Parts: sequence; C-alpha cells; structure tokens
Amino acid sequence: MTTGTATGTATGTAPVLEVRDLEVRFGDVPVVRGVGYTVEPGEVLGVVGESGAGKSVASLAVMGLLPRHAKVSGSVLLHGRELLGAPEKELAAVRGDTMSMIFQDPLSALTPVYRVGDQLAEAVRVHQRVSRERAAERAVELLDLVGIPNPRQRARAFPHEFSGGMRQRAMIAMAIANDPDVIICDEPTTALDVTIQAQVLEVLKSARRETGAAIVLITHDLGVVAGIADRVLVMYAGRGVEAGTVRDVYHRSRMPYTIGLLGSVPRLDAGRDVPLVPIDGSPPSAAALPPGCPFEPRCPMAIPACARAEPPLAEVAPGHSAACVRSGEIGEPRPVPPEDVPTAAAGAYPGVPPPRPREGRAVVLEVDGLVKHHPLTKGAVFRRRVGTVHAVDGVSFDIREGETLGLVGESGCGKTTALMEILELARPERGRVVVFGRDTAALTPHDRLAVRRHLQVVFQDPLASLDPRMTVHDIVGEPLVTHGYTDTGPRVRRLLRLVGLEPAHAARYPQDFSGGQRQRIAVARALALEPKLIVLDEPVSALDVSIQAGVINLLAGLADRLGLSYLFVAHDLAVVRHIAHRVAVMYLGRIAEIGGADQVYGAPMHPYTQALLSAVPIPDPDKERRRRRILLDGDLPSPADPPSGCRFRTRCPKFKVLTDAQRVRCVEEEPAVRPLEGDHGASCHYAEKLGVV
Amino acid sequence: MMTLPEEEFAEVAADVGHGRVPSRTRVVAGRFFATGQGRLGFALLALMFLLAFAGPLLYPWSYTEMDFSAFMQPPSPAHWFGTLQTGSDVFAVTMRGAQKSLIVGLLVAVVSTGVAAAVGSVAGYFLGWTDRTLMWVADLLLVLPAFLILAIMSPLLAGGRWLLFVIMLALFLWMVTSKIVRGMTKAIKEREYVKAARFMGVPPAKIIYRHVIPNLASLLVVDATLNVSAAILTETTLSYFGFGIQPPDVSLGGLIADGSRTALYAPWTFWFAAGGLVVTILAVNLVGDSLRDALDPGGRGSA
Repeated sequence: MTTGTATGTATGTAPVLEVRDLEVRFGDVPVVRGVGYTVEPGEVLGVVGESGAGKSVASLAVMGLLPRHAKVSGSVLLHGRELLGAPEKELAAVRGDTMSMIFQDPLSALTPVYRVGDQLAEAVRVHQRVSRERAAERAVELLDLVGIPNPRQRARAFPHEFSGGMRQRAMIAMAIANDPDVIICDEPTTALDVTIQAQVLEVLKSARRETGAAIVLITHDLGVVAGIADRVLVMYAGRGVEAGTVRDVYHRSRMPYTIGLLGSVPRLDAGRDVPLVPIDGSPPSAAALPPGCPFEPRCPMAIPACARAEPPLAEVAPGHSAACVRSGEIGEPRPVPPEDVPTAAAGAYPGVPPPRPREGRAVVLEVDGLVKHHPLTKGAVFRRRVGTVHAVDGVSFDIREGETLGLVGESGCGKTTALMEILELARPERGRVVVFGRDTAALTPHDRLAVRRHLQVVFQDPLASLDPRMTVHDIVGEPLVTHGYTDTGPRVRRLLRLVGLEPAHAARYPQDFSGGQRQRIAVARALALEPKLIVLDEPVSALDVSIQAGVINLLAGLADRLGLSYLFVAHDLAVVRHIAHRVAVMYLGRIAEIGGADQVYGAPMHPYTQALLSAVPIPDPDKERRRRRILLDGDLPSPADPPSGCRFRTRCPKFKVLTDAQRVRCVEEEPAVRPLEGDHGASCHYAEKLGVV
Repeated sequence: MMTLPEEEFAEVAADVGHGRVPSRTRVVAGRFFATGQGRLGFALLALMFLLAFAGPLLYPWSYTEMDFSAFMQPPSPAHWFGTLQTGSDVFAVTMRGAQKSLIVGLLVAVVSTGVAAAVGSVAGYFLGWTDRTLMWVADLLLVLPAFLILAIMSPLLAGGRWLLFVIMLALFLWMVTSKIVRGMTKAIKEREYVKAARFMGVPPAKIIYRHVIPNLASLLVVDATLNVSAAILTETTLSYFGFGIQPPDVSLGGLIADGSRTALYAPWTFWFAAGGLVVTILAVNLVGDSLRDALDPGGRGSA
C-alpha cells in the first residue's frame, strides 16, 4: 500500500528528510497512522491539521524525542540515513546539528537559570569544536541575525527578561546555530500576537535564506501556511489526507476535509455577509476510529463506500495526492458542488427586517473615558506604591441595539480589563459606564441585579467557565433561578435546542461534551434570561477551526434573530470581521481606531490598525503572497511606563517618515480619537487611509 | 423586550415536555443509589440506627437493669448477647452505646466538617478582614490544648448534655480542614465559572454554597468520614479517663475499653461492641466513598 508519501516536486534533487509510513502507538491507541513526506533543501513543507491530528507527535517521532513507551515504526531518512532505531548517541549528534526543532512555548524551551547568550553558546559548543570566546561571539551574531536589538547586551539577559516574541527569536537563533539542514517548527507562532507572529515568520524566512535549510512547519493556521509554505500536507486523525503544492491544495482541493477546513476559516477579506461553512461534528478520538474513512461521519459528501474502507493517500494529479474515494469527482475549477455544502446558519434570515439606521436605535452600552489603573506595590509588611499600570486609560465607545462591536487588540492592550470593569457595574476609577441608560456609579444593589438580567457574559475557555460539578441543566438554569424563575425544566430544554444541542443531554456534566458543545452551553446560559447585551470575551479562541465556525455562525445568527447586541472582545481580527458591525482597535489602554467594520478593515487610518491588519495572514496563497506586510519594530511597551504623547510612536512606521517638526506633535501631544469620516475615527495626528487587506 | 421565537419553542416543546428536571441533587442521588456500594453502606447505616433506637423498645432488659442471677453469662435466649460482670445485659448496653456513638460520631463529623467548609470558604472568598479574623480564631483554637479544655469542662457535660459535648468535640476538629478549604477556595474564586455567576447577579453566599463547596466535595466527604472515627475515638478516650459520657450512661468506646479486659475469657463482653463500631465505621466509609464518586462528574455513573 502506498501509505501516502507526499512526493516532492520533480526537480531531481535528493530530499534532505524523507519520512515513510511513520506510525506511532501509545499502548493500543494509534496516534499517527502512516505519515509520509519528503523535504528538499530550502523547501518549506507546511503540515496542517486540527488538534489531535497527530502532527506534533509525528514530528517528535522524527526527532526521536518521544517517550520510551511510544511504539514507533516506519522509516525516517535524513540524507538517506535511517534515524528510527538509531542509537541515542547518534541521534544526539544529529539533533541540533543537521536537524533542529523549534517548539511552541519558548518559555519552557529555554532554561530559566542560564543567560540566553550562554545557552546559545552551549548549543554551538555541543556540536562544534570552538573556543568559549568564539562561541560567545557566535551567540551574539546569531541574536543579531534574528533581529534582536542590542544583541551584545541582550545575550547577557535571562529568558524571563525576554518577551514572548524575543524568546521565540532566541529559539530560532539556537535552531540555526549549527547551520542545520532541516528545521522542524512545531506551532512556532501560535502563542504569539499577530504583529509578533509576522516578525517571527520574517525571521524564519531569513533563517532559511541564511542556512538554506528545509523547514517543516507544523501549524493549525492555514493563513501562515499559505504565506510561507511551498508544499502542504493536511493531516486528519493521524494520517495525511491531502498533499501537494500550496496552490494545488488551496485552490484545487481534492479532499472534502481540506475544503471544509478552508471554508470554515474566518478570513480577513470576507465580511459579515459571507457565512462560514462549519464542519459538522468533531474529530474522532484516536482510540475509537470509525472503520472506514475517519472523516466519513463528518463529511457532507460521504457515500456508502466511504464507511467500508479507508482510502489510501493516492496521487490525483502530478505532485498532488488525496485520500478520498471521490477525489476524482471533486472537479477542478469548482471546489465543492453547491448542493453538497451545508447551508450556513449566519447571515440571511428571510423574516428579519433590515436594520434601522444606527442613529435611530437606542444605546445599550456607553463607555466614556473609562480608566483603570492597577497600582504596582512593593514590600510585604509596609506596602508602598512604586508605579502604576495604565491598563485602561480613557476608553470611550458605545453600542446600539442589535449591534456587535468588536473590541480588538493584542494581548496586554487592556481589552479584558475594560470588559471586566464594565461587567463589575461599579463606579469606575474615572469616566462613566452607562448600561441601558443607567449610570453604573448610581446603581443600588437592587438596580444592579436588574441590569445584570439583561447583561450576560460568555468567557473564553468553556471548560473553565462551566462549573464542572454542575449538570448542564443546573448550569443553564442558574441565571433563571437567580432571577426568580421556579420551573426551569422546559425553558432549559428549549434553550439547549436553540443552541443546537440535544435537550436530553441536560443531565450530563460539561466534561462529557466537546469544546464547541461546551461553548454552546455557555451561550445557552447567557441567553437564558433573554438579555439585551452579551459580552463575549474571546469566545472562540480556544476552539479548533472547524468547530469555531459553527459557534461564530450560531452567535451571528442569534444576534440577527433575537436582536441582541454584542460586545465581542477578541485578538483574532479575522473572527471579528465575520461577526462585528463596528470595530474598536485598542493599543496600550487606549482606542486607536473605531468605526464601521467595513471602513476599518477596508480603509484603516491609524498606522497601528494598518500594521495589525497587514500582519493577519489570509488563507489564500496567491493573495497572501501579493500583500505588503507592515512590520512593527519591537514589542508592546510596558503599560506601567507608556511613552509620552502618542503611545504608538515608539513602534509607528509613520513616525519614522515624519519630519522632525511633525514628530514634535507626536511626542508632546496625546492624540484623541477624532472622527474623520462619519463615525469612523482614529487617534492619530497624521491619519490617512491605506488598504492593506 | 425581545422574546425567543415562539414557533421554535412550540416545535421544541412538542417533544421535550416530559421527564423530570435533571438537577444536580437528582443526578447525584441517582448515581449514589446506582452503585452497590452506596446501597450497602446506606442499608448498613440505616440498620444500625434501627437497631440502636428501635431495638431496646422491643427488648425486655434495659441498660440500667441488672440481672443478679446471671453474671458473666454467655449469650442465651434470655440475654441475647450475654451479660457483664455486673449483670448488665450486653445487648441492652451495646444498643444504648451505639445510640450515643452514632449520634456523637455522625453529628461531630457533620458539624466539624460543616464549620470547616463554612469558615474556610467564607475566609477564602471574601479575604481581607473576614479572612484575618476567621483565621485568627482557627489559629487560636489550634494552639489551645483540646483535651485539657474538654476535661475542665466535663462537669458541665455531665448529666446527659450530650449536645454540648458534640459541639465541644466538633469545636476542636475543624481548624486544619478549614485552612485547606480556604486555600482551595482562593483558587476556585479565580475560576471563570465563579466570575460568570457573579456577573449573573448571584449573591456571594449562594456562590459559595453552589459553586465553591461542591467543588470541594471530595475533600469534605473524605474529611467527614475520617472525622466520624476521630470523634468516636476521642469520645472513647475521654470516657476512659472519666470525662465525656459517664455511667450509668454508656458509649461504645467505654464498652470496648471495659470489654477488652475480659475479652479473652468472655469474648461476648468485647466483640459485640467492637463489631458494632466496626460496622458503623465501615458503613460510613462506604457511604462516603459512594457519595464522593456520585458527586464527581468524572465517575461513570448512570445518570
């Protein structure tokens, strides 16, 4: 059986790394079931798949880093030399030298008690016979190569003094220290913000240029792959299901799973009216795989033959293979026959009247100059204040009836703090929060309870926000009981049905559900009291792509049908694009830009918004490679010590091209959000439109 | 005010209008009685209570009576469990002792674990001054010599004031657990489901009762189970030294202490009381184990 080898482009060069029929079992559970690929020098192979697809385990098996109880079989050839079963000593000589690895979490990959420079020098000295001084010198060179400012000084820093992006650069520096032939990157940018991700991907590209190494990039982010990979291997349930060049896989997909995955990814270049196509169900557990094609239970195109036997990864066109019995039928130009695509729930609802103009609708939430400062204290007995974290520093926006405002920004910009301040319904430190026309500063406890009835919240991690010890019935019924309902049974059943769950599941506990279902339970709880405003804190960021789409569609559909208003906080701009009517971009505790989603995404005016949008990858190789990326320098400044004047000026690409006379204004005067066109406003002295998507 | 679409509700209501409400109490009770262990423990405990309280009513001898025609007699139809050296009927005194021990043991366990849960969770949830005051009280009770205080107070406890005795015993058992509970509450308070409840408008007392305590259930059930034996043993020790429950009233602890001296040549003076204690503690442990499993959502019970 030709258990899928993603054959390389026919250039004739010998592959650096060749993996054949790789299988990994933990006990009786097959986690990787026959994965094969080849990588040629200088080539980038993207391995994509959802969590649990076996992509990380497969790469650890290639590196020989799996624990002893894992049973590995197949073949891993590095320059034609078999690595599987090779003695540990031989593997150790290869690892970090000809083959190196970059992990997802750079904090745990660096030893906290050694200086970064020393760790780099150690990596050099393990494989090269050089003097201590020469190795230290090389460490500084490497840090410089990956774009760390003041490398000589930073080499003497400890890992905790580095930010996440810098740590990941240091990891890349370590990976390229010995001029490897293959670099395996396991979700190298998943833990990072988009602007930092863009920086790190640039570094990765330049590392490839410098070393000529082949890169195996493992990720769940189809946008990242579209931008950087030459060839793609799509994994599902421990196997490769489609492989080919990036354009073939994205534009001429032959496997329904790939098509489904691409259809369910929120895209920056598609608006609220383009619904996402979720994939039904959730990935199978490795311990209980269906007998036939593992995707068959979720596949919209399944035929009886699919349930009988698992199709092999077979070539469907030169250099393009897919594991699907119907791959031949899936036509060239049109990805999926329209009748096979499940019609999405979002967007068009025939019975819903077109919304009234914004000005005519009531304001449900008004935030005006909200300030939240956290004191920084020192000392255990006599606490003294040594500084202030300006978490939220004068934020203003409003949300009208039936409207979704997306509050976006990178981690540390204060969006969650702002949200918590609103939810507390207490008098803010400074500024005003008005919910349903009532100022929170003047609320009595009784009023506050009345306001809470119409203001609900959905948190990021559905497992953490549902009490593990309560049945689903009690969870969904809790707001009802709190607000004086007695007979909750029928209503809970209706709510569960409304969010697409079986009412009979009410007796189960949250842990019996998958991630997407849990988030639906959280949504059902938020809807229980028929609220007017729901605050959503990163509601889909903990979910897999194929599941995420279903929840986004559900939220968008409910908002349209029930006339809900959402305050949708997220770091993922593509998700916000699909659900928000209006968008507010936050930077260091202040709003950088606010306006209608189409205006902000279509013609952003603040340099930060422009950079942020340009950093979000689009899952389309042609579009993605044509885009101009605005790279930001450095990291987010500390909110304890924000820059004077405009907070963005230290990283601003526009600031760099201004004349000295113009710069004075940026340094001395803090820009306020000023309306530039209708209700589209930006807090920049020199704002001008620029299309970046 | 908007409403959820009615037609959707009507359609849903058609097929979901039946069945009981699957609330936590019902699910846990169902899972508790679904296991053989839970049923056995509950039955044993019920049987012990029935024997201890209903048994003496149907039995001709009372625990204060003495049969001067039968000293140290083995079990016979007249004296089911035999007699003691004083002529007391063993069945009658064992049942009387079981009454006291069951009540003291279970009540002390429930009260002390309850106090520990309440104090610990309130301190951990509210923090600040509440926390400092409550933990100061706990620390104070920890450093006080419990045995001495109970001994000093024993005149007060004489004369059948067993409820006061229960409270005194419980008072010296809760502190360590409350400190553990406090620490765990501080962690649970930061969980999102507690925040979600807070933003829903659930008052703090209800959050503690509904979210914090159930999530400490495993700890509390184990603690209560251990406390039952601890209370019975403490009571025994106290009785042995002449404090606690005094003659003519008896407790299982006292009976075992007396019986151990004659156990070798008159086993009935020892084994019936000891067996009663073992069965009681076994039943409590079975109930505790099953309750913990039933409360644990990870357990595969039939829900």
